[in-house]
This record gives sequence, C-alpha cells and structure tokens, in this order.
Amino acid sequence: MQEMTLATLIAVFQEMFGPVLFWALVTTVVVITALYVYVLIRDRSLSMRRFLLAQLSMPIGAVAAVTFVEVVTDSHLRDIGGAIDVIVLLGVALLGAFGFAVLVYTAQSLVRRQPQKAG
Amino acid sequence: MTLDRLTASRRAFLAAAAGLAAVSAGLPARAQKLQTKAHIVIIGAGAAGTALASRLVERLEGAQITVIDGRAEHLYQPGLSLVAAGLKPAAYTLSRTTDWLPRGVNLIAEPAAAIDPVAKTVATVGGQVLTYDFLVVAPGLVLDHDAIEGFSLDLVGRNGIGALYAGPDYASKTWEAASKFTQEGGIGLFTRPATEMKCAGAPLKHTFLIEDIASRTVGKGKYEMHYAVPQTALFSVPIVAEKVRMLFGKRGIASHFGHVLKSVDADRKQATFATTDAAGVTGTVEMPYDYLHVIPPQRAPDVIRQSGLSWADKWMDQGWVEVDQKTLRHRRFPEVFALGDVAGVPKGKTAASVKWQVPVVEDHLLAAISGGEGTLAYDGYTSCPLITRVGRAMLVEFDYNNNLVESFPGVIAPLEELWVSWLMKEVALKATYNAMLRGRA
Repeated sequence: MQEMTLATLIAVFQEMFGPVLFWALVTTVVVITALYVYVLIRDRSLSMRRFLLAQLSMPIGAVAAVTFVEVVTDSHLRDIGGAIDVIVLLGVALLGAFGFAVLVYTAQSLVRRQPQKAG
Repeated sequence: MTLDRLTASRRAFLAAAAGLAAVSAGLPARAQKLQTKAHIVIIGAGAAGTALASRLVERLEGAQITVIDGRAEHLYQPGLSLVAAGLKPAAYTLSRTTDWLPRGVNLIAEPAAAIDPVAKTVATVGGQVLTYDFLVVAPGLVLDHDAIEGFSLDLVGRNGIGALYAGPDYASKTWEAASKFTQEGGIGLFTRPATEMKCAGAPLKHTFLIEDIASRTVGKGKYEMHYAVPQTALFSVPIVAEKVRMLFGKRGIASHFGHVLKSVDADRKQATFATTDAAGVTGTVEMPYDYLHVIPPQRAPDVIRQSGLSWADKWMDQGWVEVDQKTLRHRRFPEVFALGDVAGVPKGKTAASVKWQVPVVEDHLLAAISGGEGTLAYDGYTSCPLITRVGRAMLVEFDYNNNLVESFPGVIAPLEELWVSWLMKEVALKATYNAMLRGRA
C-alpha cells in the first residue's frame, strides 16, 4: 500500500459499501456504543445477569461474523493458509463476538430499564 | 431518569462527539491549488486517465483539462479473472466512463485519431483538432486476435474456447466453456502471448482457478492441465517463477516453454504452436484440447503507433511509447507523458502500477507547469494478487529489478498462499481501485 492514511481508508471503505451504507454502518456502531455507554452511566453499575447473557451470546456473534465474511468472499475455513490467516480469522470472530455482546447487553438494559439486583 | 443521570449521559455523548471530531481533524488538509492556463489533454479515460484527471482537478486552478475517449463503458479489468471463473457476474466489472470523471474536466466522447507531437495537436475521429500544452497518453492497448489464425471472438464460449481478456461478456462466455471442462474433464490448454501483456499473472490465475474448480467438480484423474507459453519461465520475476514451478508440480500442471500459439482449429479442437526449444531449434507442434484459453498478442493502439511517439529500437512490433522509465516522460517530447498499458517500460501493465505511476506523472506535470523539475520516480512497482485457488492467493509485488516489494513486510508473506491475500483481491481491491479513480487513493 502506497499511502495508508485515515482518509484513504475511509475512501476505500466508502467504495466497498457505497457511501450511504458505509456511513449508516458507522452511525449504527457509534449509536450502539453510545447507548452502551449511556446505560452504563445511567445504571452506574454492570448488571452481572445481563453481562452473563451477553457473554453467552458471544459465540453466536463470532460464528455469524466468520460465516458472513466467508459467504461474501466465496471462501471457506479450508482456505486458511498461514499464521496471519488465523490471526485475521480470530480478529473477525472477536469483533463479531464483542459487537454482538455489546448489542445484547445494551438491548437488555434498554428493554428492562430498572437495573437487576444481582448487579 | 433523574436530572443527574441525564447530565451524565449528555456528557458521555459530548465525549463521543469530541472523539469523532478528533478523528476528522486527523484528515490531511488540501494543498493549495496551482494557478495556470495550461491546456492538458489526456487520451484515455481508463484507470490511468481517470485517476490522473481526478487528481489534476484537485491540484490546478484555471487549467483546461480535456479527456478524449470514445468508450462509454469503464471496465474494472482486474475483475475479469473472477468473471471467467464464475465467481462474479460480468456486471461486476462494468460502469460508465462518465461515472468517474470529476467536474471541471471536459470529456470528448470519441476516439483520438491522430497525434502530432511536433505541432502539439490531437485530432479526434469526429474531426475536432485540439492544441495542447501537455499531453498524457493513456489509451490502453489493443488485443490482436487476428494474429491467431482460425480464431475469432465469436468462437469464445463454444467448442471449448475461452478468452477472458476480451471484455466482460467474453469473460462470462469463457466461464461457460471452462465450466463445461471442470464438469466433464479432458485436456485443458492454457496460453499466453509472446508480446508484452497486461497483468502477466492473469494467465496463471486462470490456470490455477480452473484446475482448482475441476479438482472439486469432475475430480482428480479426469483431466489434464497444460500451460504452453512462448517464454522460458513461468513468471518474469525469478523468485516467483520458482514458486509457481513448485505449485505447478504439486498440482500436476505441465509446462511447455517456447510455445507461441499460431492457429486454432475449433472443429478438430487442435491448437498449433510455433516452438523453439532450449537449444534454439524451431518447429511446429499441434496440441489437442477440450478447453483452450487464448490470450492474443497485445500492442499499442494505431493512433499511438502512427504518431511517432513509440520506441524506434524496442518492441518494434508492439509500439509502446518511448518514455523515461522513472518519470514516464517522453524522451523526445518533454510535454508528453505516458501512463498505464501503453507506456514503454519493462513492467507495470496493471491497475496497481497505475496507482503508483499517476502521482509521479502528476508531480512532474505540475513541476513543468511551474517551470521546475519533479522529484518523484516510478520504480516499476507492479502488484499481482496471484490467485492459486478459490479462497487463496499470493500477494506478489515487485519492481523493475525483480525485487519483491512487500506492502506488509513480516505480516503478509508474498510467496505464501494465503486467505488474507484472497480477501484483499475479493473485497478491498475494487474499492481501492474506485478510490484511485476518484483521486483519493
């Protein structure tokens, strides 16, 4: 890569998804993260019961993210060829896992406004 | 919710907004524009012409920029290999020329007919004559299908014949012929021309992809793979050639060097090659096929070859433009530059090369307008995500000196078949290409 600046990366991602979908995705991520921070601040504590369910949902997010990347790119687990492939695969899985966990935690907190006693 | 909590959450939102503002502050500021009345004519609205036009519009104030190209369609040519393996539809490679050209550029939608570098004029097929201060020739190249006796484009897709270079529809028809081979087996025969060619990795990619698909469709033992080429190695960069030789060995693909495809007998399914062996003995050999992939000789367009801009003592039958290989500036006409396929340099007929070449020409062109000399140099950078299977590729990058030039040293090994390199080809490459067309990558 000749010049890997933030502007280049944003330009490339915009071309990848189209400007509307790209900024919609960025907004979604920002909104969910902001809501997550909001419920943490609102509740002033982490609800362990919600956190447990969020953790249990992590594998679903991980598998969904890996499956999505493979389907979109006509590839398969058998194509993993080197160490960097394993790292990228784990990265995709981790992103999916954490993203989904945050979503699940935030959704629970927004639906049940009163924090659980267990927290 | 109490007032306290509301304030706290508002503070959280403000913090997030501040974070975003910090990110956008990291974006580079636009350089000040150069004032000029220069008339810059760019022949060709392909990858190179469009990318340069987009960048010049951002850098110049008051310049007249004219792009001459008669093609209404813009082709994303790196996608043709994927179309010819049934992985993408033909439409994946297609867009309109006008989708990419920036405002402030005047497009003349007709082909250039003649260039007079002494009088500094370009005439179009429609009879317009333009006078230029600077000329950038980037018309691409022409595929000389007529050079192969018995072959014509209407054969593609039938009788087991493919020709993916000929465009999106032909790439799609190529897959029709190739997929029949992957289902029924037989003899697969893959060729490349004796001339310089665009993306010298593409003949290998097609061979690897069809072998991979055949191995999982009809199955090993039901098909033979033959790679018959004029050259004496599988790739121009020796270290890559060795790696490909090893892969060919593992995959059971036979190499035939010194083979120039001369004619095709589509009814008998026989291809005739002029051969030269290691000892220099010449001859002719006929090879049978069930699937034949044809890549014809490639040359500069006639408008270039008739303009006097071509090398007089190199590539005589091909007519590439005589430019300095570092600055891409014409060696006899300093106000002329060449970009992309038509440039007479030893490497660089790929979209990735164009991405490296365009900033160099931009630099020297702007310096010339200001009466100075540019400083950037093109080192022959060429990149080829060399697909070896559906799902794997080697990210091969090299320069004029056949050195490997890794973009991600220590992270992505150039000679390793990796899923990550495949992801780049599948997902990131077209996006980067499009960003380049807009002058943003």
